[in-house]
Amino acid sequence: MEKLKVIVGLGSCGIAAGAGKVFDKISLLQDKYQVELDKTSCIGMCYREPLVEIIDGTHSYLYGGVDEELAEKLIQHHQKNHAPIKEYVVKTEEFKTEDSVFTDNQVKIALRHCGFINPEVIEEYENDHGYVALRKIANKEIDELGIIKEILDSGLRGRGGGGFPTGLKWKFAKESENEEKYIICNADEGDPGAFMDRSILEGDPHAVIEGMIIGAYTMGANEGVIYCRAEYPLAIKRLNIALAQAREKGYLGKNILGIENFNLNIYVKEGAGAFVCGEETALIASVEGERGMPRKRPPFPAASGLWKKPTNINNVETFSNIPWIIENGAKEYAKYGTEKSKGTKVFALTGKIKRGGLVEVPMGMTIHDIVFKLGGGIQDNKKFKAVQLGGPSGGCIPANLDNTIVDYDSVNATGAIMGSGGMVVMDESTCMVDMARFFLDFTQKESCGKCTFCRVGTKRMLEILTRITEGEGVEGDIEKLEELSYQIKDASLCGLGQTAPNPVLTTIKYFRHEYEAHIKDKKCPAGNCTKLLTYEVIPEKCTGCTLCAINCPTNAIDGTKKEIHFIRQDACINCGTCVVKCNFDAIKVY
Amino acid sequence: MRIKRIQPQAQLELDEDKPVDLNLLDEILLKYKGKKGNLIPLLQKTQELFGFIPEDAFTKISAETGHKLSTMYGVATFYAQFRLKPVGKHIIKVCHGTACHVQNATALTVALQEALKVNDGETTKDGLFTLESVACLGCCSLAPVMMIGDETYGKLDGKKTVKILREIKKSERANK
Repeated sequence: MEKLKVIVGLGSCGIAAGAGKVFDKISLLQDKYQVELDKTSCIGMCYREPLVEIIDGTHSYLYGGVDEELAEKLIQHHQKNHAPIKEYVVKTEEFKTEDSVFTDNQVKIALRHCGFINPEVIEEYENDHGYVALRKIANKEIDELGIIKEILDSGLRGRGGGGFPTGLKWKFAKESENEEKYIICNADEGDPGAFMDRSILEGDPHAVIEGMIIGAYTMGANEGVIYCRAEYPLAIKRLNIALAQAREKGYLGKNILGIENFNLNIYVKEGAGAFVCGEETALIASVEGERGMPRKRPPFPAASGLWKKPTNINNVETFSNIPWIIENGAKEYAKYGTEKSKGTKVFALTGKIKRGGLVEVPMGMTIHDIVFKLGGGIQDNKKFKAVQLGGPSGGCIPANLDNTIVDYDSVNATGAIMGSGGMVVMDESTCMVDMARFFLDFTQKESCGKCTFCRVGTKRMLEILTRITEGEGVEGDIEKLEELSYQIKDASLCGLGQTAPNPVLTTIKYFRHEYEAHIKDKKCPAGNCTKLLTYEVIPEKCTGCTLCAINCPTNAIDGTKKEIHFIRQDACINCGTCVVKCNFDAIKVY
Repeated sequence: MRIKRIQPQAQLELDEDKPVDLNLLDEILLKYKGKKGNLIPLLQKTQELFGFIPEDAFTKISAETGHKLSTMYGVATFYAQFRLKPVGKHIIKVCHGTACHVQNATALTVALQEALKVNDGETTKDGLFTLESVACLGCCSLAPVMMIGDETYGKLDGKKTVKILREIKKSERANK
């Protein structure tokens, strides 16, 4: 009988959920049960982590929510019965599971290897179409102009959020005459709530590297930089392993794969934690060792970028699409998507959603389908309110527009942006004013300070929003916010400032009544802004433990031991401490 | 999320004045000296060595590489990663990404601030903990999340975080 093969999903999120412990446990049991142990990366089903795949003969079963104990139980069961324990299976070819809908509606191109190969073994990548596209070039099946044509025809647009046609970008970089050129991979994924780039780097680093090599060949670059966030230690580790392997196998170095005069070295540069460095000119400044402040364009990086040499910058997801397109052809890629947005897009589905994780869907799917079909709907069956797309640069799309399809132009029409693909789902208990305040707080802190309107304007907007959420809003605040928004948009140099007001503008556009409720009625309809809430003791639940009264900072709670307590509204400062302290859920908030 | 790591902190007088062994820097300097764009890696490696960037290290790197002190300070204060003050033994990173915010990450920070009696970005008097708010840790489906050392804790609330803290304190006492 063949050995059982056990594969543990060891992406960052899997490890956070305890997959590392499961892996260690199985490796201790390896000899006892005679199993073959391997690891892979994130398959995107974050809501079921830790995930363990068991290959039993010709059948494969992916199990979800596996802890150390269950792992051993599963192995024992498979060895004895050679059949799955159905209740824990999340994905298999053999039968449908309740999670099938999550995987069946996806088209995996950028994530084609994530969760399927061991990212630390180059042979596994090679055995699954890896470096085939590069060999096509070495065999002279396609030349530089051919590549540019394929990428243009495929309709691939920058997946970092800009949406600029990748083929065109490459064409400009190629046409720039210079002996020295640079190719940079932007892996400084800073949007809070987005983790698709991390997942690709951790799960399929070679795809990104191959995409960069193809790009370097096309435009004639001889040095490559992967600018990766220092907050992604696992991604950096796996990238360095992959780069060393690629060098050893001759995919990097001198005369790559026998292509004369094609020399390329790629190295990883660790970012130091500045959101603005996702902007390409700021990124270049940071690689040069300076403060990451954007520069005026033109000249564009394609003409004068890193060290004043022609430079091309693409995002991780864009690069990982490239080898697939070159191998399978532009037509195959353009089959998916809408007229102006071709192919697929990866979204990080998070927030108040039942099945959160990473999904790759064809462009043109509706938001409703993503949230309710793939995502399984809202947690605790609450009411769907909005999705936030594009992080701090994006905006909120309300539930009544959930038939909006995801492509660059349709999303832009709502006032949000596609961005890098963070999709945060919100329910009725999320306050939209607070959301706008949260994002402004972020952009205000991350503004590099170069442009006055961005530096000071975001600060003023944040002050107004904070006031509104604390019940100090006044008539005219909304108009002032709008005015400031347009000024910041007009007078900022880079994308950070130009898009920073988007979360405020879209929430005003679609949820103006919530702003008005905060300002005029001093109420937070979502029950989120603590300062605008009323706190009361529920007599039936109060046990008279005195805990709330002891902790109340203003002594606003009356009552002695074993007696029902009472909150004096005139002394209450709405801090919410009593709710946190109460062990019996005896404080009503409304 | 940028936090105020450079603000003076009255209560913390740990081993700030303890002399640091600057000879440790020689290896790093040898590796990066004369290379283009070496300033950020130099600072990063220095921080890896000492846990923060001591003033003396600034002076030494400046003298050896020719980077102006003002430039170095400018870069060190621009990026969130660099610290100019020593940190506690355990760094508690509370995620304030969008997904965690929606799931009430603020409650975690408030609970921790109360339990540790420090503000965001500060270190406890005993030098055991440093509390930090960070942008996305990338474990959005486990929100709200915090990280202590290399360990990630998910699906938290105020009470759970304080409990985890208590356990770490307990094991610290046991080690003593």
